[in-house]
Amino acid sequence: MDPISLFHYLTVAAILFTLGAIGIFLNRKNVITILMCIELMLLAVNINLVAFSTHLGDLSGQIFAMFILTVAAAEAAIGLAILVVYFRNRGSIAVEDINMMKG
Amino acid sequence: MITSLFFYLFAAMTVASGVMVITARNPVHAVLFLILAFFNAAGLFILMGAEFLAMLLVVVYVGAVAVLFLFVVMMLDIDYADLREGFQRHLPIGLIVGGILLVELLVIFSGPGTTMGVAAIDTSRSNTALIGDVIYTDFIFLFQLAGLILLVAMIGAITLTMRHREGVKRQSIAQQNARTRDETITLISVENNVAPKSILPSQDNSKKVVR
Repeated sequence: MDPISLFHYLTVAAILFTLGAIGIFLNRKNVITILMCIELMLLAVNINLVAFSTHLGDLSGQIFAMFILTVAAAEAAIGLAILVVYFRNRGSIAVEDINMMKG
Repeated sequence: MITSLFFYLFAAMTVASGVMVITARNPVHAVLFLILAFFNAAGLFILMGAEFLAMLLVVVYVGAVAVLFLFVVMMLDIDYADLREGFQRHLPIGLIVGGILLVELLVIFSGPGTTMGVAAIDTSRSNTALIGDVIYTDFIFLFQLAGLILLVAMIGAITLTMRHREGVKRQSIAQQNARTRDETITLISVENNVAPKSILPSQDNSKKVVR
């Protein structure tokens, strides 16, 4: 048995995902940090996908991780663009100030 | 043995960088630790035999997304200390929810079948060649769709952040190309031995324009 098993990689991914979730709780006012925490969670998901891909000997997991990378890049670009426009209009990026639509 | 050593190195660095991302006081430091986390995750990918994804992670994430984050963090003039209030207040609930999530995930992951090793799929050919085999055949439509998503994201980001300022002199190529000879050139008949008053067409002598 290989000393480094699938469980090790899944544990790393689980810890990273949990860190992303905790980060959203901790930095509730800072949108930029929340976006970075989402990137951390997506990274954990990618580690999971690649680990299972190599574990099962199926390349589809790596292809899927590539698409997640694409979507994450698009999401980061759009999110930061919205952030820049919002800061230009309101002069602040605090989450509790985002209440124009009274949702 | 050496693989185990590198695994624990990369894993510890990734987790430590993740901790620093969510606790760093300065958001610039947080972005830099995010870059470090991506680099170490790329190391984990290489250990799993996914070299292409590891390079993609470095190029796309460190080269584009993380730099974009850095750019936005440095461009916006924000008092980040103000945004950190409530950090202590939200720490207990964050740890409780995170602990529950972690325990649940580990219980699931420690199920049967996860103790086997992780190795590269086909060592006779490179990972990039294997991915290239399937991505243009089995996954061609998804691949095109990914490109479309990137195009939409690019157009969306440009239209969101573009603004037209008033009073700025700009070159309008369409306007320049739409000019005709008639509205551009005026021919003025000049009398002999008389000094012309002005050649500006906006003056009174514009009536003397000969077409």
